[in-house]
Amino acid sequence: MDTNSPMDTFTIAGRLFSSRLMIGTGKFPSAAALRAAIEASGSEIVTVALRRVDLNSPEHQSILSAIDPKKQLILPNTSGAQTAEEALKLARLARAGGLEPWIKLELTPEPRYLLPDPIQTLRAAEQLVKEGFVVLPYIQADPVLAKRLEEVGTATVMPLGAPIGSNRGVQTKEMIRIIIEQAHVPVVVDAGLGAPSHAAEAMELGADAVLVNTALSDARDHGAMAKAFALATTAGRMAYLAGLGPQRSLAAASSPLTGFLFNQD
Amino acid sequence: MTFEAYLNEWPETLIQEQYTTLSERQVEAALSADRRTPENLLALLSPAALPFLEAMAQEANKQTRRQFGRTVSLYAPIYLSNVCGSNCLYCSFSTVNAGKETRTTLTPTQIEDECRTLAKEGFSSVLLLTGDAVHAAPPEYIAQACTIARRWFSSVAVEVYSMTQEEYHLLCTHGLDGVTLYQETYHKPTYLDMHRSGRKRDFSFRLEALERAANAGVRRLGAGVLLGLYKWRVDAFWLALHARWLQTRCWNSTIALSFPRLKHTPSAFNPPFPVSDINMVQMILALRLFLPESPFYLSTREAPSFRDKLLPLGITAMSAGSSTRPGGYAAPTSPTLEQFQIEDVRTVAEIKTFIEKSGYDPVWKDYDQAFTEAVPKQLQ
Repeated sequence: MDTNSPMDTFTIAGRLFSSRLMIGTGKFPSAAALRAAIEASGSEIVTVALRRVDLNSPEHQSILSAIDPKKQLILPNTSGAQTAEEALKLARLARAGGLEPWIKLELTPEPRYLLPDPIQTLRAAEQLVKEGFVVLPYIQADPVLAKRLEEVGTATVMPLGAPIGSNRGVQTKEMIRIIIEQAHVPVVVDAGLGAPSHAAEAMELGADAVLVNTALSDARDHGAMAKAFALATTAGRMAYLAGLGPQRSLAAASSPLTGFLFNQD
Repeated sequence: MTFEAYLNEWPETLIQEQYTTLSERQVEAALSADRRTPENLLALLSPAALPFLEAMAQEANKQTRRQFGRTVSLYAPIYLSNVCGSNCLYCSFSTVNAGKETRTTLTPTQIEDECRTLAKEGFSSVLLLTGDAVHAAPPEYIAQACTIARRWFSSVAVEVYSMTQEEYHLLCTHGLDGVTLYQETYHKPTYLDMHRSGRKRDFSFRLEALERAANAGVRRLGAGVLLGLYKWRVDAFWLALHARWLQTRCWNSTIALSFPRLKHTPSAFNPPFPVSDINMVQMILALRLFLPESPFYLSTREAPSFRDKLLPLGITAMSAGSSTRPGGYAAPTSPTLEQFQIEDVRTVAEIKTFIEKSGYDPVWKDYDQAFTEAVPKQLQ
């Protein structure tokens, strides 16, 4: 399948997307820099931390002013929340504030590495699904947790490649491979992708999409880096669809030990 | 084990011995380390690191951007009271330094006026301050101030006298999310010499206060030393040990650092260990490399030109348009006593413009009321 064809779309909660690159909006030096990144990326899903915006006076919010709601879905996130109750409260406020009932669940009780709390995430997800939210949870690359979340009705799972902002790439590869193999919802690799090659690698593994923030906000040229990530995401997707050759860890031995079995003389 | 017991495992003699023997090779190793150890930090704070300041600055800039992005949070202090029951030699609020006519404690209406004025400027994060005077500003009064401030701001912190866990919890139930409390100096003999009387004289009670705050549900902790009271290379190291200690003991809380440098002290007092600009830069860089995830605060105590230069070296939050006297925003000409003279007198708009020109996004709101509306549970 051609990745540029309208056929290679993917669906989250019944909604069709053609870009497989999602963008995080924190950390940019200005609204203009963020806008340049979003436009160059072609991204259709842009996530915004609710703790950073005041939905009652959106005209003063530099982050929101960078997003074109006609082209991009604003995906509010709960970053900063430490408990399920806090995340629920934020999600409800966002919906009451006029945003679509989509929520990227981020429950990070320790502020240093911002790693997700599996217990609070599962609790919050279950409740939010009941309340009619489309839930996209940020999780450790834990295949069992991914299945549990799928069972309570989340729209995706978003396992991390490495800690947020670390730029270390897909360190959790083996677990992400299992998550993808078992998933019946889109798998979005979130956090840690520091270079376009990391995004390509995640897509080659069969991820449905990737989410990037720090690598774009920290680039000298935000637009150019966003474009590079978009191309890499597409390239990784194409390679996955085209069928990558198997990796060999051993060279063919020059002095085979079992050759005698097949020697005729 | 208490932090005080841990602190005693790093006596000054041990630290000083390291400083005299550390070589440039150890500085280079500390610079290239991934997660840095206390030994690495000693190397970065040592005189041997002076030739490496530029390399340290580049690395500090990179680490800060990675963690915080190109953003700077803005906050403002609100002085609730300048009445003080302690006698700290370096402080203008000290009981012996000025007469009763300039002392005041804001009424709820006056607090509301201060909040309204600051909210109009755009602030969403404030720090409420008092002197060390339980009689003038008891915990119930500070709790009431938190309630008022929370109507105007998404994040409310206090910088007041050290409290019990129950008192901190009371404030949390009134909307508090942050506690800033400088130890002033971790060198106990100097501490006792500087704090001659009053309840603040209890070194250990203050030392354990941030842990009590975290256990009561406070999510943002701020630590610091008053630069100038003791040898900065020693105090900064102890401060860093304290921050690391808190990070692992109070793992739900953010540990921020501030760098208050004594400048405008009462005329009878000269800081015994003055800290130069170059000292201050080395200290901020070394601490940033040791604590890459900690927010670093810089107040208007410092001059505009110096603040501007410090910003890319690891600073993540700045105050702007500050007043250090009670009622100073709504009634700027009031004759009440100020704690210290600020050096950066630029307006909020001027500082915002400076931040943007430096390639950073000024962040007003970085917290949400949803995080403090749920009454925090008593953890212990």
